[in-house]
Amino acid sequence: MSLKRIIAASVLALTSFTAQAEEQTVRIATEGAYAPWNFSAPNGTLQGFEMDLAKVLCERMSVRCEIVAQNWDGIIPALTARKYDAIMAAVSVTPKRQEVIAFSKPYAAGINGFAVLADSPLANMPGTGESYSLDTQETAAKARIAEMAKVMKGTATGVQGSTTASTFMDTYFNGVVNLKEYKSTEEHNFDLMNGRLDAVLANATVLAAALEKPDMKGAKLSGPLFSGGVFGVIAVGLRKEDAELKAKFDAAITSAVADGTVRDLSMKWFKVDVSPRS
Amino acid sequence: MIDTSFLASSLATLVKGIPLTVQLSMISVSVGAILAFGLALMRVSGNAALDLSARAYIFVYRGTPLLVQIYIIYYGLSQFPALRHSFAWPYLREAYWCAVIALALNTAAYSAEIIRGGILSVNAGQVEAARACGMSQALMFRRIVLPQALRHMLPAYGNEVILMIKSTALASTITLMDVTGIAAKLVSESYRPIEVFTMAGAIYLLLTFIASHGFSLFEHAVTPDRRQPAPHRPAEPPETLQHG
Repeated sequence: MSLKRIIAASVLALTSFTAQAEEQTVRIATEGAYAPWNFSAPNGTLQGFEMDLAKVLCERMSVRCEIVAQNWDGIIPALTARKYDAIMAAVSVTPKRQEVIAFSKPYAAGINGFAVLADSPLANMPGTGESYSLDTQETAAKARIAEMAKVMKGTATGVQGSTTASTFMDTYFNGVVNLKEYKSTEEHNFDLMNGRLDAVLANATVLAAALEKPDMKGAKLSGPLFSGGVFGVIAVGLRKEDAELKAKFDAAITSAVADGTVRDLSMKWFKVDVSPRS
Repeated sequence: MIDTSFLASSLATLVKGIPLTVQLSMISVSVGAILAFGLALMRVSGNAALDLSARAYIFVYRGTPLLVQIYIIYYGLSQFPALRHSFAWPYLREAYWCAVIALALNTAAYSAEIIRGGILSVNAGQVEAARACGMSQALMFRRIVLPQALRHMLPAYGNEVILMIKSTALASTITLMDVTGIAAKLVSESYRPIEVFTMAGAIYLLLTFIASHGFSLFEHAVTPDRRQPAPHRPAEPPETLQHG
């Protein structure tokens, strides 16, 4: 072994040692208002698919994790400002976000759909019950969107601001609907139920969970479900410089996806499998 | 570090929110001023029932956060089906009117106390003198009390208007795209909070500067008595000026 190698190895050992000392506790931020991905339970604790998954990943990375709640609209700036080390809040991987932060390997796929009131003219939009990937079935999806645009013209549609849902509306329904942006999905669901909105677009798993609650009685999914494209995949958000932490998350996620843990948790919380394919 | 072209482009986008911010401020301040005047009269009326109801209103609106009031009006009221089927729903359905109502009701409570303070600051001797001259209550109020009350309350009222301009930022929490609403959207698209919020702050600074400057001009105009008299200079024949 040459001297150079010994020095390199000892430097590596030293840095990984200090890094390990720093990463004893990994602070993970979540929104806490995006059931069933992450939400505040009536007893005040944070629960959901991502909270269970975080527990699994932290065990596999053998680090201690601390979960903190943070409003959605400041969740990425606060990561870069070092308020915490990772985000698990159903963050979709988008090119714009990748300019600012790094992402781990995906742990879920993003599937979105519209919810409307069952007695509204939008109740049975074209494509209800179908599912389109914006990656592989873009032409068919666009044809459906064109049909939906005729029915939805001029209606008020709500999305959570700065999400892939708002990007989707800006891309495919620009100028067609009167788009309103909300701070959380709970707020736009309120306005759907009281009649201020004609439709909302959100993650299908979140909508499905909300629709089961008594306060959303009379609302239903309408039109096809969309995945891929702007909705992309969901991964842990990390700072670009924390390559080591990213490597740990990648390894833990790969193993949790491979052994079916992610699928099991997904079935438990969503009743559908949202685990990333391949 | 600071990207000037990004600053310029975000400023250009933020400027589009100014009309809404100005509208919200102007409508809520004007409606609030009318309500406040009524409340202040109730407070000084000497009628116990009127005084007490005005006191209760002011207590509630000054004692709770404006954000909570906005949420109650926007999300709270819409929970009542009876209200959703009433004549008011076409207005309450719109986030714009909910924001105007919340802001106006809020500023009415604060301004009422400012106006009451102004009315009470008028010298009691003048009121007695007006009565002794045989002025009716209304005439005395219009000629003696109100002009002086206005001058006394202007600095405090100017403060309140500036606070209201800044409070309109809360309208962005109920989907309105005012300067703050647009700023929040820009930040979420660019993840550059420092540049965007600095520009948004500069816009509010400009708006409040215009408002405070307007108030000081108005104050100057209505208080000639407080100005220093111009020093007396005897007129000189123009020829003497040419010597110099």
